[in-house]
Amino acid sequence: MRDWNLQGRNRDARLARAAGLTDGKRVATADARALLEAVLEPGDRVCLEGNNQKQADFLARTLASVDPARVTGLHMVQSVLALPEHLDVFERGIASKLDFSFSGPQGARLARMVADGRISIGAIHTYLELFGRYFVDLTPRVSLVAAQAADAAGNLYTGPNTEDTPVIVEATAFKRGIVIAQVNELVDAVPRVDIPGGWVDFVIQSPTPHYIEPLFTRDPAQISEIQVLMAMMAIKGIYAEYGIQRLNHGIGFDTAAIELLLPTYAESLGLKGKICRHWALNPHPALIPAIEAGFVESVHSFGSELGMEAYIRARPDVFFTGADGNMRSNRAMCQAAGHYACDLFIGSTLQIDLAGNSSTATLGRIAGFGGAPNMGADARGRRHASPAWLKAGREAREGGGQMPRGQKLVVQMVETFREHMQPAFVDRLDAWELAESAGMELPPVMIYGDDVTHILTEEGIANLLLCRTEEEREQAIRGVAGYTPVGRGRDRRMVENLRDRGIIRRPEDLGIDKRMATRDLLAARSVKDLVRASGGLYDPPRRFRNW
Amino acid sequence: MEILTFEYRGGQPVASPPPSVLVGVVGSGNLEVLVEPAPLGGLCRIEVQTAAVGFGATWQAVLDDVFARHPLADIRISINDVGATPAVVGLRLDQALDAFAGGAQA
Repeated sequence: MRDWNLQGRNRDARLARAAGLTDGKRVATADARALLEAVLEPGDRVCLEGNNQKQADFLARTLASVDPARVTGLHMVQSVLALPEHLDVFERGIASKLDFSFSGPQGARLARMVADGRISIGAIHTYLELFGRYFVDLTPRVSLVAAQAADAAGNLYTGPNTEDTPVIVEATAFKRGIVIAQVNELVDAVPRVDIPGGWVDFVIQSPTPHYIEPLFTRDPAQISEIQVLMAMMAIKGIYAEYGIQRLNHGIGFDTAAIELLLPTYAESLGLKGKICRHWALNPHPALIPAIEAGFVESVHSFGSELGMEAYIRARPDVFFTGADGNMRSNRAMCQAAGHYACDLFIGSTLQIDLAGNSSTATLGRIAGFGGAPNMGADARGRRHASPAWLKAGREAREGGGQMPRGQKLVVQMVETFREHMQPAFVDRLDAWELAESAGMELPPVMIYGDDVTHILTEEGIANLLLCRTEEEREQAIRGVAGYTPVGRGRDRRMVENLRDRGIIRRPEDLGIDKRMATRDLLAARSVKDLVRASGGLYDPPRRFRNW
Repeated sequence: MEILTFEYRGGQPVASPPPSVLVGVVGSGNLEVLVEPAPLGGLCRIEVQTAAVGFGATWQAVLDDVFARHPLADIRISINDVGATPAVVGLRLDQALDAFAGGAQA
């Protein structure tokens, strides 16, 4: 007779080994390592929570300190490699295999360790793919997560940075895995239940509150006039043109400039209520003036942002908040919303090739993808129609006699040269060489050219939807690539023809006077202006204060 | 530091030019542009002092386009560049030459 409950019996055995360490669900801070050594088994698939914002940093340190003679060969599955400990576990032989999504800060060390054969990478995913696989074939046996508070029953309160916790815990708890949470405080009653106690096995108070990175804060003082000009083009040439109501912005100064031009430039064009009403977006401080001006009706967030807590609490009509008043973010839900419910994604990149493929990969670093490929891709499964989606689909198919369907607008917004005169337009992406040197099966492309609908530079907007041949597409890209070698390699006659047909549009074609592109147009010109716009509710982290 | 000189013919002098126009700032990634009337026999002379060495061909391409947008004669343009991108160079020159020619739209 086959035993159909091996996982449940294995779970019981793990819990039995930990029995001596617990008081109910609570485990003393000093016993954290003993707990991990008791419940982990060699070869376990372990999910360590950590994104580019919230980190289960105490449990990461603890895992890196276990005895490799007892715990070895782990298969780590995690959103982001951010902390040194995330790689220390491989260096110490505690873990050997890795599936992940993004490795920004550890990208260079990761590349070295892969080259040395110390880490075997299963795959580099987008967030939604990795979360999806938690429920298919990468289900964690043990998950190590972070929360703000827990009560005696193990109910977790995450506060505004709920982020990845629900998806990790659900995948683990309902497949007979073990869930261990580090919490900032143990309380009698949690302000709200983000994770039900029945899904949590152990709770440990961390010696210091979990780390949160203020990743989405951009100081308006650093926004340049060129970025103001490009933001004007985005608003007039794309947002107004397509009537963009639902959208997601990437991270960076280019898109922060758009946010700060809504109450000034967009308002002057009569666009309030016509564009930018619904957002899938972290609570960017740069969005405060647009919210205060009445542009923004709703914002759902992947995570929170340090310093925005009190402002969010005071604007419950805009943000998703709980009965306790604080935001509830959710990365999986917001990624799904960004992929399926938004009509436009706009973001920056490091390199764009002649087919419009874009990549942030640089040699010697394995950086991964995060959420950008899902935000910056046409959702082929989408069926609901909106005017913006239909217009983009019409432009792409006009005269082709094909089945009508819509298309998501995916805009890459770049200055033609980055810092130190590095051209943003290249004949061949560095991603090719990186793929060869790191033995990847594919070049790590962030957004594929066939998903990109517009490329926006200081020279103009190239509408790739309207290009009918590969040659037109290449010349449209060259035609906005400025004085980069790619831009100077343009066929001038063909570019002028594309301009006559409205495929390339210069600022003057859009009726934009470049002389208006000054920092005076920004609704806030400093972090202090943002604080003022929030009525004193925004409390920026110290590093953003210069007063 | 590199000094580059460019000269263009075929422009029109400004009827009653201002004594000079100065835009921009000397700061990283930026540049300062000084435009003055000068008796150059119909020439437009541009003198570039730049911190970034080896971009002569890029300057040539940027300034060719600037002259095509603003075909002016008998002027001297002095540029003090601290690593500005071509986008910033073009924007500053447009600002300076618009102001010099009396605010006419580029």
